[in-house]
Amino acid sequence: MSAFRALLGRDLRLAARSGGGAALALGFFALVATLVPLGIGPDVKILARIAGGILWVAAVLAGLLSLDRLFQGDFEDGSLDVIALSPLSLESVALAKILAHWFSTGLPLTLISPLLAILFNLPPGPTLVLFISLLIGTPSVSAVGAIGASLTLSLKRGGLILPLIILPLLTPAVIFGAGSVAALMDGMQPGGGLILLAAFAAAACLLSPFAAAAAVRLNLGG
Amino acid sequence: MVVGRMITSLTAEKLACARGDRILFEGLSFRVEAGQALAVEGANGAGKTSLLRLIAGFLSPREGRLLLKTPEGESSDSDERAQAIGWLGHHDGLKPQLTVGEQLKSFAQLYRSTRDTDAVLEELGLARQKDFPCRFLSAGQRRRLALARLLVSGRPLWLLDEPFAALDKDGQALVARLMALHCGQGGLVIAATHEPLGLSNASIRL
Repeated sequence: MSAFRALLGRDLRLAARSGGGAALALGFFALVATLVPLGIGPDVKILARIAGGILWVAAVLAGLLSLDRLFQGDFEDGSLDVIALSPLSLESVALAKILAHWFSTGLPLTLISPLLAILFNLPPGPTLVLFISLLIGTPSVSAVGAIGASLTLSLKRGGLILPLIILPLLTPAVIFGAGSVAALMDGMQPGGGLILLAAFAAAACLLSPFAAAAAVRLNLGG
Repeated sequence: MVVGRMITSLTAEKLACARGDRILFEGLSFRVEAGQALAVEGANGAGKTSLLRLIAGFLSPREGRLLLKTPEGESSDSDERAQAIGWLGHHDGLKPQLTVGEQLKSFAQLYRSTRDTDAVLEELGLARQKDFPCRFLSAGQRRRLALARLLVSGRPLWLLDEPFAALDKDGQALVARLMALHCGQGGLVIAATHEPLGLSNASIRL
């Protein structure tokens, strides 16, 4: 457990320090969420209606931004070799990296989402649903992202293919996440969408460490 | 079987390694026992690094096998072998944003090592640089830090890829001393190198 914590702590420190990881995702999310209302114009009805969808898509894209560092940096500078020989299994290594990615991207942008919802004139009820949906849904972005990041590890410009692999896999998260916000706007219960979202996120977080570890193993030998 | 702190020997039996369609080496057999060092020599591209990666379990051999003997028994499983390996790769594996001290401490925790990291930094002449971010280190200092990490790992089987690269005269003497010390304590060293190790070691040529 202490080895797991050490790796998690190291990756969080790197995300905070590089000036890229954490701040970049948060800034991107805030900028997209600010630009859209400016582009659509001051029609509060339309804005409130599209808020869930826009913020969810922005959150997914922001999560993609720092994914190429998940394993790539450690792979290129040789750290991954040293990490792979540590007492931690590669599955645990992948889980630590997924967690560190979520703590530095998914969690902060979930926390500022209620603030950005104000720009869309989203009522308090749907704002709360948006917050909850991002909280339970963004871990799936990091988890599914880890699979893509590990698969494209040895490609020189893997960052460009990464979104093409990951975005289709994340459609359920966007549909259920944005759908639950829209459901409440239409006077329906958001619970169903949130439960499906939670199920998707749970499955992604459980399965992806195994898939990512297998892909890392392949790339270490390549 | 859990690989402990001691290894009796590592034996390679008729190893063959291929990258793609190209066969790098085949029929390679050697044996390293506790306290011995083995230099792996060969021209560029002969497969020295591949042999080290094969021993570490990153690559699997096309033919043949590696047998690790410990006081508890013997095993040819690469996951078990991995737990015995201290790795000094061609790349240093250091993060420019982290300080020297942070870097070494996090790896000590990752490897569940109880070695005093400050003492190891002192030993390698990096005590003054402890709070420097690694991006301010010279290539030789980075190599020294990678060596410090190797010491901290406390692993019995050292796999070293060009251990003398980027080091000055003092640094090279230091590496030779560390290797001799490691062998003296019953450790094993396998080093891919172009230069003599400065030990009474066996050598194979790929």
